[in-house]
Amino acid sequence: MLLLICGRLGQILLTLALLSALCWGAMGLMPGDPIDLALTSDPLLSAADQVRLRALHGLDRPLSERYLAWAGALLAGDAGFSRLYAVRAAAVLWPALGSTLVLLGWALALSAGLGVLLGVWGARQAAAGRAVDALAILAQSMPGFWVGILLIILFAVGLGWLPAGGTPDAPGLLDSARFLVLPVATLALGNIAGYARHALAAMQGELAAPYIRTARMKGLAEGRIAWGHAFPNAALPPLTLAALDAGSLVSGALVTETLFARPGMGKLIYDSIMGNDYNLALLALLLAGLVTMLATLAADVAQRLLDPRLAG
Amino acid sequence: MRLWLGLALLGGLGLAAMAAPWVQALLGTDPATPDLFHRFAGPTLAHPLGTDELGRDILLRLLFGARVSLAVGLAVALGATLVGTLIGLTAARAGGWRDALLMRLADTLLALPALPLLVVLAAVDTGRFGLPRGEALADILRITTILVAFGWVGVARLARAAALAELSRDYVAAARIAGATEARVMLRHVLPNIIGPLAVATALAVAGAILAESTLSFLGLGIQPPAPSWGNMLSSAQEMVFAAPLAALWPGLAILLAVAGCTLLADGLRRR
Repeated sequence: MLLLICGRLGQILLTLALLSALCWGAMGLMPGDPIDLALTSDPLLSAADQVRLRALHGLDRPLSERYLAWAGALLAGDAGFSRLYAVRAAAVLWPALGSTLVLLGWALALSAGLGVLLGVWGARQAAAGRAVDALAILAQSMPGFWVGILLIILFAVGLGWLPAGGTPDAPGLLDSARFLVLPVATLALGNIAGYARHALAAMQGELAAPYIRTARMKGLAEGRIAWGHAFPNAALPPLTLAALDAGSLVSGALVTETLFARPGMGKLIYDSIMGNDYNLALLALLLAGLVTMLATLAADVAQRLLDPRLAG
Repeated sequence: MRLWLGLALLGGLGLAAMAAPWVQALLGTDPATPDLFHRFAGPTLAHPLGTDELGRDILLRLLFGARVSLAVGLAVALGATLVGTLIGLTAARAGGWRDALLMRLADTLLALPALPLLVVLAAVDTGRFGLPRGEALADILRITTILVAFGWVGVARLARAAALAELSRDYVAAARIAGATEARVMLRHVLPNIIGPLAVATALAVAGAILAESTLSFLGLGIQPPAPSWGNMLSSAQEMVFAAPLAALWPGLAILLAVAGCTLLADGLRRR
């Protein structure tokens, strides 16, 4: 187990290094370098000044050399400044990560909880099972941002119960919760379907097993059979899904946060790439990748701890 | 049942996309010309689904958008299937460290958050490679390439698993003894036997590609306006939710039908 974790951590570090090089290369290919941007705010900058500024900031050096310099500085603990926010990049990052983790935490808890409940319910009644399956296919086919727009139209525009996006002016608990409801619902709705389908299939398989008939013969209550006997065995596929799903949750956070104007990691990545804020974008991308891969690793380890068949 | 429902949905959407020019002739308007005197018009005979924020007919934009969205979906799925099958077969055939390397690569691509990376890649200035900028066709090509780069993973894993099962069969040994080259064994004997799982993977890839294209276009990184795609129609509709909430309904419904069609098709194929 320890060996597995160490191996995977090494793999994560290697991936992050490759990822940073790839993103650095992609950003070098995006239109406009920092001096072009300076030119837009000061059109009087002469051509000679531009050449001088590029040389001063090392922008005339080849991409690979600049990458190594950046990576060296990052390893030494210096992530540079954010262009958009005019503070150190790390100072913008941590609050954003906190905001995203709150969003993802609620969405994950809601979708896994409700999805598993729906799956178990569907497995115990054939008609409910067909309904859950049909609804799940429908929910999985909806783009997350469309669900978000529909929720905004219904609850913010039509009924006026909830804010259409943004963050509360004063940091009150109730207010923060009001601003959290629609984004969490948007993110959770698409994911509930996956959990429901996996839980449904797993529970249907377990409920058909001979040990369930034995339990019925002993005269156990149906609820006890489903939750006490079948569910522990059927819980692994949803957990596997949780392991594989960390990446798609972070992807979902990008869309949801952009749609609802929530200042989280996803919106930060989007804004910083759109705003040519390369330092911040790289750092945020790497952090998002790291968090995702660590979450996947954690789910993998949990799975192995719970399933003795995998541990060996 | 699922198979036919899926085929019917996709067939209907395909026919609608093909009929776009006829509907245009019938309505007597086109999807590109703004008509600022009739913005946000409700459904009328001249505009069956109303008009958008520039007074363009929403039905026509939906139909022409279907061409773009479905074309991207199909192109990505075909590309991903081709690349994924090749990589999957190579991994299954080669085994050893090459297999391990390819599958670790696939695992890593699956574990990474795809959308932030797609955003990075989509923002790359393709003009530097000599490709034309801002044309619908160039956009389609760019989006397709990026989505194939991420989309092959699912196909490759399925192809590898299925090919490994086939490679242990007797007919493979027989073909080898008969003197068939390895390439012939893989392409001529193994490939036809794993078409079933590949078809399922392709159908799912179409669904994923349509969703991904709409998401990128919604974020403003996919198909650029004025060319219509379901995603960028939703992007402008989002800014108009207060003025014209209905405009946000139709493109999403179209995406829902297309993706549900692919999912049902894949489910149906799998149960065969």
